[in-house]
Amino acid sequence: MADIRSNFVGIKSPNPFWLASAPPTDKAYNVERAFKAGWGGVVWKTLGEEGPPVVNVNGPRYGAIWGADRRLLGLNNIELITDRDLYLNLREIKQVKKNWPDRALIVSLMVPCEEAAWKAILPLVEETEADGIELNFGCPHGMSERGMGSAVGQVPEYVEMVVRWCKQTTRMPVITKLTPNITDVRKPARAAHAGGTDAVSLINTINSITAVDLDTFAPEPTIDGKGSHGGYCGPAVKPIALNMVAEIARDPETAGLPISGIGGITTWRDAAEFLALGAGTVQVCTAAMTYGFKIVEEMIEGLENWMDAKGHATLDDVIGRATPNVTDWQYLNLNYVTKARIDQDQCIKCGRCHIACEDTSHQAITAMVDGKRHFEVIEEECVGCNLCVNVCPVEGCIDMVPLAAGALDKRTGETVQPVYANWTTHPNNPAKVAAE
Amino acid sequence: MADGLYADGIAAGRLSGEEYERNFSDLHPPLDRHEAAVEADRCYFCFDAPCMTACPTSIDIPMFIRQIATDNPLGSARTIFDQNILGGMCARVCPTETLCEEACVREEAEGKPVQIGRLQRYATDAAMAAGAQFYERAAPTGKRVAIVGAGPAGLACAHRLAMHGHDVTIFEARPKPGGLNEFGIAAYKTPDGFAQAEVDYVMAIGGITLEEGKALGRDFSLGDLSRDFDAVFLGMGLAGVNALGADGEDVEGVESAVDYIAHLRQAQDLASLPVGRRVVVIGGGMTAIDAAVQARLLGAEEVTICYRRGQEHMNASEFEQDLAASKGVVIRHWLQPRRILAENGNVTGIELEYTALKDGKLSGTGETLTLRADQVFKAIGQSFEPGVLNGSGASIALEGHRIKVDEEGRTSLSKVWAGGDCIAGGDDLTVSAVAQGRDAAESIHRALAG
Repeated sequence: MADIRSNFVGIKSPNPFWLASAPPTDKAYNVERAFKAGWGGVVWKTLGEEGPPVVNVNGPRYGAIWGADRRLLGLNNIELITDRDLYLNLREIKQVKKNWPDRALIVSLMVPCEEAAWKAILPLVEETEADGIELNFGCPHGMSERGMGSAVGQVPEYVEMVVRWCKQTTRMPVITKLTPNITDVRKPARAAHAGGTDAVSLINTINSITAVDLDTFAPEPTIDGKGSHGGYCGPAVKPIALNMVAEIARDPETAGLPISGIGGITTWRDAAEFLALGAGTVQVCTAAMTYGFKIVEEMIEGLENWMDAKGHATLDDVIGRATPNVTDWQYLNLNYVTKARIDQDQCIKCGRCHIACEDTSHQAITAMVDGKRHFEVIEEECVGCNLCVNVCPVEGCIDMVPLAAGALDKRTGETVQPVYANWTTHPNNPAKVAAE
Repeated sequence: MADGLYADGIAAGRLSGEEYERNFSDLHPPLDRHEAAVEADRCYFCFDAPCMTACPTSIDIPMFIRQIATDNPLGSARTIFDQNILGGMCARVCPTETLCEEACVREEAEGKPVQIGRLQRYATDAAMAAGAQFYERAAPTGKRVAIVGAGPAGLACAHRLAMHGHDVTIFEARPKPGGLNEFGIAAYKTPDGFAQAEVDYVMAIGGITLEEGKALGRDFSLGDLSRDFDAVFLGMGLAGVNALGADGEDVEGVESAVDYIAHLRQAQDLASLPVGRRVVVIGGGMTAIDAAVQARLLGAEEVTICYRRGQEHMNASEFEQDLAASKGVVIRHWLQPRRILAENGNVTGIELEYTALKDGKLSGTGETLTLRADQVFKAIGQSFEPGVLNGSGASIALEGHRIKVDEEGRTSLSKVWAGGDCIAGGDDLTVSAVAQGRDAAESIHRALAG
């Protein structure tokens, strides 16, 4: 049986599945239930500085988009950091950690961008014997207007400065949580790295309006007729998160920096993909908020089964395995030629491949052959774009078949070359480098 | 003698009030908004969709389903009505399992087609409930068109002609419009007065006058219509009922299934409608199924359909056969009626003869079977009665005992078009009648404009 125990910057957990800092980790009651359900760790919902509690809106805090049968695809929230008393949270954190010594318990923090504020709160957290802290530089709503959250995360210099304050003040491992609401996520990652962070976690939520009520013309979620952008998360954001994780994992300046992956993780497969791109642990929120804590059973079981089937003994055998395969477009092999092939036995004749190709791509799929409804690839026109595969409702009905070296590409009339060749050496590239 | 359920002979009140109500409620309850959205999502929005090709009225099915999926039921209804103004009834009575749903690619993919009929009902119900009228009459043309028969063909023809600005008069022999929708279809397929509500919805466009109780050949002749109107559309259906060809079929208890269903459809109180304890239905089509199922639902203890050929030859769809079986109807094949048994003028049974196909020809084997019965329904088809057309002017050309028409619905007589069950080559479907009425209207419009 695969060993999925995790050791992430010295923080141990029985599995890599942590609950992200969010409503599910707001208090001891929820966290205890999560640990009972099997979660490997939690990042306690963000604590703020001492003082009057944070005030949340009293109307809807969430907006959503749905797929078929109202399956939740994306969730947006305008909830702020914890609105509970700081000391109540600290007492509960201490007790929960004592009750569950084998689980990871990380405390998320967000205080004003002042050294004194950070230096004040860190000893209080240390005293709970929590395993580490996560700096919330990500929340895009509410707190950012007060100079915290993503307002810090969007300025690499601030990121580095705050990380440095924390590392100078505490023995606890520091995880820096990054906002995706930025042009190049590598910049704040590099800054956190320069400041000495032990790890980064990403992505936090994405600025979003989920919908507009067309009767009231109000954005959703709507508070008394008005709306504010909230943070978007859930399955819809996973591709964005995967890319950002990969960008940091393959950046030479941050290579090897531990990453806790976040963003739409709903199943073991999602988690395995984040691990493969370089994440050491994964954090989950929306899936738990949609289905409850029990989903972690499927995640644990599914990950173990997959690792067993593939012969991966430990998480280290998986983590970062896909990272070297992420490259720049210019290095993709231009001598790799594929053609779509439709399995006529599986084809249900919906014609979507035809109309997608005919209207929007390369006119490379028939609709009618000898007076019969028949969908077949015209190799002379097929550029191998994969759109037909994506729109086909039958999985596995259309394949992209690579042409072997030496085969004729009927579209170009050229023979497929046996060697790798990319844009950097392509004759059409004005900036091509001479072949060595 | 026992009462109620086990009363011998033909008796009323076999069931309790609740049982009648339950038995004759909606066969397929309507989809609610979420069910419709989920079902609509199953549609692949196929290119050149096979369902659309399979629909006799060529409704743009992928589009109307997409409009449901996008929460636009009225837009969806308009897409349906553009092609089929009786889309509400067709959603209820079409044998979708042999039309659009059979062609659905999901049928090929997983044996579960998109429930196109129920989605069509969702959209058309929404429009009718909202009283949404999508069509206005064009400026009056001053042309007058007579339509014989207020059934699906006549109504579809009338609506399209009214849209084009012509003045339409429909002559209906019965006291009520609707044709088979009102008198001929099983009650559980169209409960709650839907047929009349639909007639009202269609007529609301204006420019259509309905003359009830006016029968061709009795109250007026085809020659009168040709003289008084600019064009005539014949959509009077089939008035004749084929005889069994069995000895002694004139006794009490041997009835036309069509008449019985019409009687049932008009009954104010189903408990007052007598039905046999043991019922035999002769036939293999939809009417046989409708009569047999309803006899069971009225409380008949034993209902047997006897069909002279095999299951594969039955006109009733597989769905209808399954429905009958699920209601406790026994369907027997390869049996043809030979003799009605009677005592004191009342049916007591039927003697049937086994049949077989020999060299492609059906014939009796000589072996017989006797079933006890106190009611026998004839459901072996209806026939066109050409007599009503005769007696005035030139006689109309027939083909296979029905009116001969060209692809536009034109008969052999100038100014006279025809559609629905009374024309040759018809398939006895509401939806086909609608298509024929609509297309004849377009042809009439072209002729009148020319």
